Amino acid sequence: MISDSVIRDTPSDAGSSEPFLEVRDLQVHFPTDDGLVKAVDGLGFTLARGQTIGIVGESGSGKSVASLAIMGLHRRSKAKMSGQILLDGEDLLTVSDERIRSLRGNQMAMVFQDPLSALHPFYTIGNQIVEAYRIHHPDVSKDVARKRAIEMLERVGIPSPNRRVDQYPHEFSGGMRQRAMIAMALVNDPKLLIADEPTTALDVTVQAQILELMKDLQKEFGSAIIIITHDLGVVADVADDIIVMYGGRCVEKGSVDAVFYTPQHPYTWGLLASMPRLDKVRTDRLDPIPGNPPSLINLPSGCAFNPRCGHRSEVEGDRCATELPELLEAGSGQSARCHIDPARRTELYAQISGLNEIAVQDQITSRKP
Amino acid sequence: MFYYIIRRSVAAVAMLIVITIVTFGIFYASPTDPARLTCGKNCTPQSIAANRKFLGLDKPITVQYANFMKGLVVERNFPDDPVFAKNNPDKVTHCPAPCLGYSPLETQLVTTIIKQRLPVTLSLSLGAFVIWIVFGVGLGIVAALRRGGIADRGLVGASLVLYSFPTFFIALLAYNFLSTEWQIFPVPGYTPITQDPVAWFQGLLLPWFTLAAVFAAGYIRLTRAYMLETMSEDYLRTARAKGLKERTVIFKHTLRAALTPIVTVAGLDLGGLLAGAVITETVFNLQGLGRATVTAVAVFDLPVIVGLVLVAATFVVIANLVVDLLYGVIDPRVRLA
Repeated sequence: MISDSVIRDTPSDAGSSEPFLEVRDLQVHFPTDDGLVKAVDGLGFTLARGQTIGIVGESGSGKSVASLAIMGLHRRSKAKMSGQILLDGEDLLTVSDERIRSLRGNQMAMVFQDPLSALHPFYTIGNQIVEAYRIHHPDVSKDVARKRAIEMLERVGIPSPNRRVDQYPHEFSGGMRQRAMIAMALVNDPKLLIADEPTTALDVTVQAQILELMKDLQKEFGSAIIIITHDLGVVADVADDIIVMYGGRCVEKGSVDAVFYTPQHPYTWGLLASMPRLDKVRTDRLDPIPGNPPSLINLPSGCAFNPRCGHRSEVEGDRCATELPELLEAGSGQSARCHIDPARRTELYAQISGLNEIAVQDQITSRKP
Repeated sequence: MFYYIIRRSVAAVAMLIVITIVTFGIFYASPTDPARLTCGKNCTPQSIAANRKFLGLDKPITVQYANFMKGLVVERNFPDDPVFAKNNPDKVTHCPAPCLGYSPLETQLVTTIIKQRLPVTLSLSLGAFVIWIVFGVGLGIVAALRRGGIADRGLVGASLVLYSFPTFFIALLAYNFLSTEWQIFPVPGYTPITQDPVAWFQGLLLPWFTLAAVFAAGYIRLTRAYMLETMSEDYLRTARAKGLKERTVIFKHTLRAALTPIVTVAGLDLGGLLAGAVITETVFNLQGLGRATVTAVAVFDLPVIVGLVLVAATFVVIANLVVDLLYGVIDPRVRLA
């Protein structure tokens, strides 16, 4: 289910399909009074049409900043950006503001975390969808746009859309609101959909429905999806590939199966171990990753994860604290940013995981039809 | 929505009735005898008693209140004595409904006094209102959009300076320099708009700006604060993510939400101001409700005070009602509340 081109770092050797979205060495830095915040530091990935990539990480790991950079939603006066974001071959970092505005909402759309605060409280749902449609279809009449809005609401599974279209966001339930938000994002048939924590503000049963809806819509519209989350369960469910971010850098990436079955980076191990599961019997408590996410102004030298890593002794000398590990291939089309020898990493993970694997297997198999 | 309006209107009327009781109670139950004040040095026990009877003050307070309230809907006579009226028909003052009483000091009906003064205050307040909304909100938006820039700092600083000066100081300076010394503004004064609209406009220009200055200063800061608060809202990020033009994001999505609380404050400010802008009226010698209030309080002209308080209260209550209804129109979340 994974095409190789999706995870390859450079597209030049990709013989077959040109990637739809390619991010190369993306850096987003914010100069502040306290110093330079390196929110995203050298992120790269590729994404083909119809594929889904999941970006996972703690708060402040740079996930949202990266997605906002793709959408061109950072103020150029405030954010210093470099690298390349190629959407269908067009570098979004160098095009004019007007050009990227015309792509926004049209070629690429975004679904936000909390649909209550992300929808304007003073305008009806229909009004907001119509607005999104007409800005990119200026010749379309209001009536036609309204019909389109109703059609979209129906498509995302909102009952009696004819009535709902004239209601305000506060009259919708949380799940319905997120459906409306998705309807709004998809109204222009975007080729790329970025979902920033789309299910975080929803309760669990509704989460599953929303994810199911996104998968269905992806099949229908063939869009590429970037799903940003801190919830590994969500990416296991919908993503083809995973990027694990830490301190603004990608520390591990690969197919969803590879990352879940044979995680390479100690940080990923930590994430997997801190996931609550019904089948976890060996210990009563979850194993959280000790410590706090690093300050993006003053990242730890070397591997940014080293102060919180329990496996520093596996690396000779002080390399973890002095030398930034490269993002290297670690077999099975997966790569990780870690000094520990790949073979040793597999051993270590086998030791600490135990029951983990079974649980992961459940997660993975449950999503297959 | 319809029932909401009805309910709020009934509540407003009830509120006004309570206000009449309180005002009436406070002023008529006060130890000062209004009848004693009507004849000054020439008072004799007989003339005081006659005046008391003339004003109806010889009756119990409840009867006085009932008569006062009755006067709002039916005609009253001063003195209210059929026998006296029969003998001296020319000495009786008729007070057509709505009657707010008779001022023995001014030898005029309270409604007559208010009718003379109201246009002055209305002209002054409404004109100033327009100016302070345009400048206050407009410059507030500019400051918010240029946050941290020179324009922002200049505006915030200037508004603080302006806000710190008392109105009478600004008014006197403006009068002295702008109007008298340099003659940039026409000499302030009030001409009825029906008589000469140009003179009306010219005469009020300086009072308008003076009165508006302090309010505008406050509104610059208010608008700026609400704009900045709204600008960090998630739904504006959504609006940008939809690909809307920045102009639409600011003037449609941001402004609508930011102006909602300003409507509330503006309505209440205007309602309060309609009761009279005492200082501005005094400095520019405009015979408005504010001046009338000050004069009436100084000589303890009770009927006039009660009448003016009622008018002021009515304006505030109506302004409140209008603001609440407007709020429901602007913000769908408070509808049917």
